[in-house]
Amino acid sequence: MTDPSAGPLTTTSVREAVPGQVRAEPLLKIRDLTVTFASRGRAAVRAVDGVNLDVAAGSTVGIVGESGSGKSVTSLAAMGLLGRRGVEIRGSVDFDGSDLLHMPEQELRAVRGREIAMIFQDPMSSLNPVLTVGRQITEILVRHRGLSGRQARDRAAELLQSVGIGDSLRRLKSFPHQLSGGMRQRVMIAMALACEPRLLIADEPTTALDVTISAQILELLRRLVADTQTALVLITHDLGVVAGLCDTVHVMYSGRIVESAPRRPLFADPRHPYTTGLLASVPRLDAPRGVPLLPIPGSPSDTLPWARGCAFSPRCTRQVDACLGAPPVLEPLALPSHLLRCVNPVPPRKHLG
Amino acid sequence: MSLTAGVELAAGERPESAGGGLYRDAFRRLRRSPTAIVGAALVLLFVFVAVFAPLLAPYSPTAVDLTDIRPGVFPGPSAEHPLGLDQLGRDELSRIIYGARYSLLIGVVSLSLGAAVGLTLGLLAGAFGGWVDSLVMRLVDIMLAVPSLLLAIGIAALLGPRLISVMIAIAVVNVPIFARLLRGSMLAQRRSDYALAARSLGVTRSRIVLQHVFPNSLAPVIVQGTLALATAIIEAAGLAFLGLGSPDPAIPEWGRMLAETNAFLASAPLLALWPGLAIVLSVMGFYLLGEALREALDPKLRR
Repeated sequence: MTDPSAGPLTTTSVREAVPGQVRAEPLLKIRDLTVTFASRGRAAVRAVDGVNLDVAAGSTVGIVGESGSGKSVTSLAAMGLLGRRGVEIRGSVDFDGSDLLHMPEQELRAVRGREIAMIFQDPMSSLNPVLTVGRQITEILVRHRGLSGRQARDRAAELLQSVGIGDSLRRLKSFPHQLSGGMRQRVMIAMALACEPRLLIADEPTTALDVTISAQILELLRRLVADTQTALVLITHDLGVVAGLCDTVHVMYSGRIVESAPRRPLFADPRHPYTTGLLASVPRLDAPRGVPLLPIPGSPSDTLPWARGCAFSPRCTRQVDACLGAPPVLEPLALPSHLLRCVNPVPPRKHLG
Repeated sequence: MSLTAGVELAAGERPESAGGGLYRDAFRRLRRSPTAIVGAALVLLFVFVAVFAPLLAPYSPTAVDLTDIRPGVFPGPSAEHPLGLDQLGRDELSRIIYGARYSLLIGVVSLSLGAAVGLTLGLLAGAFGGWVDSLVMRLVDIMLAVPSLLLAIGIAALLGPRLISVMIAIAVVNVPIFARLLRGSMLAQRRSDYALAARSLGVTRSRIVLQHVFPNSLAPVIVQGTLALATAIIEAAGLAFLGLGSPDPAIPEWGRMLAETNAFLASAPLLALWPGLAIVLSVMGFYLLGEALREALDPKLRR
C-alpha cells in the first residue's frame, strides 16, 4: 500500500516524513511539536504528539479533526499562549527564522498581532463586552503601529470597511453586544488583520455562526488572505470548510497527524479510515437520496495510546492485528506530498465520486 | 458588495439599540424588575431621610419634653409625638430620623474604607498571581479566621468606644470579602476568550489586566457593595447594641436606641419596635437592590 521508495524504516525513532514540503523555506516550520499537560495527582495527557507542519508564505493550510484531536493546542502552543504551569512543550516552532518556543515573552508579544494573528471560534466571547469595538481595534494599531488618536480611528474605520462593515465610523462606537455574530467575527478579522500579519491562524472561525454567515466569513477570509498574501492556517472539524479554501490539509487524530495531502488528492483519494469517516459524515447536496450519513462509531475519548498502536483502532472499521503493538508511521504514498499513518488504509478510489 | 448585504440586514434587525455597554444594559433591566424598584425606593427613602433629617424631624433629637414623663410611664403615640417619647422624654420619631444619618454615615465610610483596601489587595492578587496572590490570600485567610464581632470588639477596645472605631471595625470585616471577590472574578476573566484573543494579538499584560480584565470583573463587586451596606448597617447596630458604639448619649443610633429600651420592654414595647423597624427596612432596601443588581449584571442572563 505504501510507497516502498520511502525507504526502509530501521528504527522507531526514524525521522518521519514532513507534510506539505514546499520549494522555498516555509514561513512557519513546526517540528516534532509535543505538548503534554500534567497536573498533580493525575496522569499526564499528551495533547499534541510529534506534529510536523509547514506553512509556506501566502498558502492556506487546513488542520482537521474532531474535538480533542489537538488542533487548537497545536496553534496555541506555537503562539506561546498556553500557560506555563503544568504544560510541557517540546520540539521547535520556527517562524521566518526565529524560534517562537524559546523567544522571551516580550519579543513574542511583539510578534503576536504584528506578524502572526489569531481569530477564535466564538466571536461572542472573543470581544471584550465593556469596550467599544473601536477601542479594541485601535488598541492593536496603537500597540503595533504606533498610530495615535485620529490616525488610529481612521485606520480602524478603513479596516471595518474592508471586512464589509458599512457605516464604519459610527460602528466604531458600537459595543460588541450590539453587533450580530457575523459582524463580530468580521470585527475579529479586522483586528487580526490590522497590522497585515504574514500568518493568520483561524481556530474554527465559523463554528459558532450559522451556515449562510459562515459562508460569507469564509469568502471574506479567502479574499483577504489572497489580497494581502497572508498565509492562513485554518483549524476546523468541518471538511466542507477546508474543501473550498485550503491548499494543503492535515487530518489530526489524538494529537498526531494521520493523513496529510494537497486538497485535491485528499478529497479525491482519501486513504485513512478516519478521513473517509469524516468525509462520510459530511452531508452532501449531490448525494443520492436515502443514503444515510455515516457517523464514525464511538467517541474521541475511545483512544489507544499511540505507543500501543493506532489510536484510532478502537473506532476503526478496518482494524487488523497489525494496528496494535507499535505506533504506525507517517509515510508518503505514491504521490510524495500525500502522507498516511495507517497500516490498513482504504483502497484507492478508481474514479471520483 | 453582495457579500455584505446579508450582514447589513442582520444588523438591521436590531436597529440602533441605544448605546451603552454592560452597565447601561443592566440599568435597563433593573428598571423593569419589581424587586429593584422596591429596593431602590427603600434605599432612596433611607438616604433622603438621612440627608434631610434636620428638615424632616419635628423636634431636635436631644430636646427633652418632660411634661408627661414619669418613671415607668411612657406616653405613647400622640398628635404632637407620632411615635411617642422615649425613656428620657425625647421625640422618638426625630431620633429615628436622625438615626438614619448615623447608619448611612457608618455604612458609607466603613464600606468605602473596606472596599478600597480590599479591592487593592484583590487587584494585586488577581493581576500578578503567583506568590503575590499566595501572600495576599493568606493574609485574607487570617482576617477571615477571626470572627468579625470579636475583631470589632478588639478594635473598639483598642481605640475606645467611638464612632470611628465602629467604622474601622466594619471596614476591616469587609476587606477580605472584597479582596477575595475581586481576585476570584479576575482569575475567571483572565481565562476568558477575549483575554486570550487580546493576548494573541500582542496586547501587553498590564493593558489586558487594567483595560480588559478589571472592568469586566467589577459586576460582582458592585453587587457585593450594595449587600455590604446592608450588612454594615446591621453590624453598626449590633456593635452599638453591645455598647461598642459612640458613648455620647446625644447621638441617636438605632442599635443603641434598641439597647436602651431593653429595660422597658414590658411597659413600652413600641420603643423597641421603631428602631428595629428602621433597621429592617433600610437593610431590606439594600438587600433587595443588591439581589436585583446581581440578576441584572449576571452574564448568564444577558442577551
